[in-house]
Amino acid sequence: MAEKEVLIEVKDLKKYFNVGKKAVLKAVDGVNFKIYKGETLGLVGESGCGKTTCGKTVMGLYEATGGQVIFDGVDIHSLNRKEKKEFTKRAQIIFQDPYSSLNPRMTVEDIIGEGIDIHGLYKGEERRKRIHHLLELVGLNKEHAMRFPHEFSGGQRQRIGIARALAIEPEFIVCDEPISALDVSIQAQVVNLLIKLQKDLGLTYLFIAHDLSMVKHISDRVGVMYLGNMVEFASSDELYAEPLHPYTKALMSAIPIPDPQAEKSKKRIPIQGEIPSPINPKPGCRFATRCKYATEECKQITPELKEVLPGHYVACHRTEELNQ
Amino acid sequence: MVENQKKIIEENIPLTDDLFQRVGTKGLSGEDIGKKSLTYWADVWRRFHSNKMATLGLILLILVVILLFVGPIISGKDYQFINASIKNTLPNSEYWFGTDDMGRDLFTRVCVGGRISIYIGLCCTLVMFVIGALVGALAGLKGGIVDDLIMRCCEFIGNLPYLIIVVILSMVMGRSLFSLVFAMSLTAWVGTARMVRGQILQIKEQDYVQAAKALGADTGRIIIKHLLPNTLGIIMVDITMSVPGFIFSEAFLSYIGLGVRPPETSWGALASAGQQQLMFYPYQLFFPCLLIIITILSFHLIGDGLSDALDPKLRQ
Repeated sequence: MAEKEVLIEVKDLKKYFNVGKKAVLKAVDGVNFKIYKGETLGLVGESGCGKTTCGKTVMGLYEATGGQVIFDGVDIHSLNRKEKKEFTKRAQIIFQDPYSSLNPRMTVEDIIGEGIDIHGLYKGEERRKRIHHLLELVGLNKEHAMRFPHEFSGGQRQRIGIARALAIEPEFIVCDEPISALDVSIQAQVVNLLIKLQKDLGLTYLFIAHDLSMVKHISDRVGVMYLGNMVEFASSDELYAEPLHPYTKALMSAIPIPDPQAEKSKKRIPIQGEIPSPINPKPGCRFATRCKYATEECKQITPELKEVLPGHYVACHRTEELNQ
Repeated sequence: MVENQKKIIEENIPLTDDLFQRVGTKGLSGEDIGKKSLTYWADVWRRFHSNKMATLGLILLILVVILLFVGPIISGKDYQFINASIKNTLPNSEYWFGTDDMGRDLFTRVCVGGRISIYIGLCCTLVMFVIGALVGALAGLKGGIVDDLIMRCCEFIGNLPYLIIVVILSMVMGRSLFSLVFAMSLTAWVGTARMVRGQILQIKEQDYVQAAKALGADTGRIIIKHLLPNTLGIIMVDITMSVPGFIFSEAFLSYIGLGVRPPETSWGALASAGQQQLMFYPYQLFFPCLLIIITILSFHLIGDGLSDALDPKLRQ
């Protein structure tokens, strides 16, 4: 297999928020991954585990507390204003909530055309043509261009958000739970649209979601996050067939199977307790408080992400003995 | 029972094939939206317009303003002209609102005084809006220590006793229109600043602002395209609601002798003069007060209607 080209490399990325005196919320705490050109990297985890923060920090919307995001050889957090603008032309983001991601005072044409205007790509008639083309690309028609966001349904709004991200022909798109606010029939539409666009335009995605089956469907490789840490990272088929981390195992066992017989005989691995607060987290494995295999070592030393099988990384002290 | 009914219906109305036709969709596409698209402000105007009380307020206000500017021309009298022979005349066909204790035409004086009152109300509101919006936007946008500093200053200024400041300022700067506007707007912008700051804090975390940032928009563009249009609605309600407040304050200050200086006049000054004649000539107090009430009422009705029209929760 030929060596694939790395588009984005995230090295030891940290994003902390100060939430009061001496209280630090460690939303993302030392995450590493690489995204190759043309692939989709899925990022899963339960609510509040830092997926969205991770995506926004990768986009440079949040200032990173530590670590680097290297896009095509350059750290995006060290760019000056002009280089940053250049970066925004190559990387885009689709937001989770289609209701708050469109300015209610702008027409659809202006929303989609905002990036075109900022970067001065097209003017006048060409701009209009480009916007109509984008609208058709995402399954809306050009009559919608002069309307306002409140006249659209959630799914239509999300597609306007996608059109906005596509308007400046980016190479890389962070999809921050683009489907979680939509109902199921529209989820499929949007995901298939994203896959089609990837094929046609050669896009690279960082796909953040908590719908595990959807992530499996769209991703080449998947990272599992828990409380700001990456606990497991592998190719999508491998991760779903053979999860190694206790948290991933529990997560995978929670995927419903569309077959009542199989669903009945399936054994769920329950996790006890609630997710601990990410404010001033204790040292050691983050999952230790809820993990039934946790030992003293787990509570003291934070496990590193190690390559257990080729291309399959796990952060657990007891991987080998548990997966005999 | 049901069978019976069916039978009866079938017997009375023969159901032949020609009664049934395919309706079809006539080429309508599922994505088409039927309603005509309205811009945001057209929509606001539509809702404002359908509010009867607000429309009444707007009409009243327009009538008052027309009266203030056209009144002295149609009455053909001078508001400063003293004629001792017609002191304290009751309202009649010559002097519509009567005359005051120096024989000046009250109708003309109410019109001219009203101009000053409304002028002061608008001036103060403008100063309040400009300073308040700038300071509030700065605090909301910068955040952190700048925000803290500005808000503490606002609290300090907001807590100064208003009347004492006005008295001191009118002593230091003399009694003029300028010092009156200055003194009244000195403390008033604090509320606006607080409100704008709150709005900006809320909006700047919205995804569409982040999306604009991700598209490479600079701060100026974000302010003009995203923050300003989305705060303008609430600011407009605040503006309409504060104009009557200033007219009232001016009337009050003129009433206690701190307002405009004679021979200039205002509604407050006229009411003050009329109050001295209240026992014998109550009409001298009645007419300026009537105009104050109509103006303030219409501003409140407009403000009320605007806040309803701008509230997105009431949108259908």
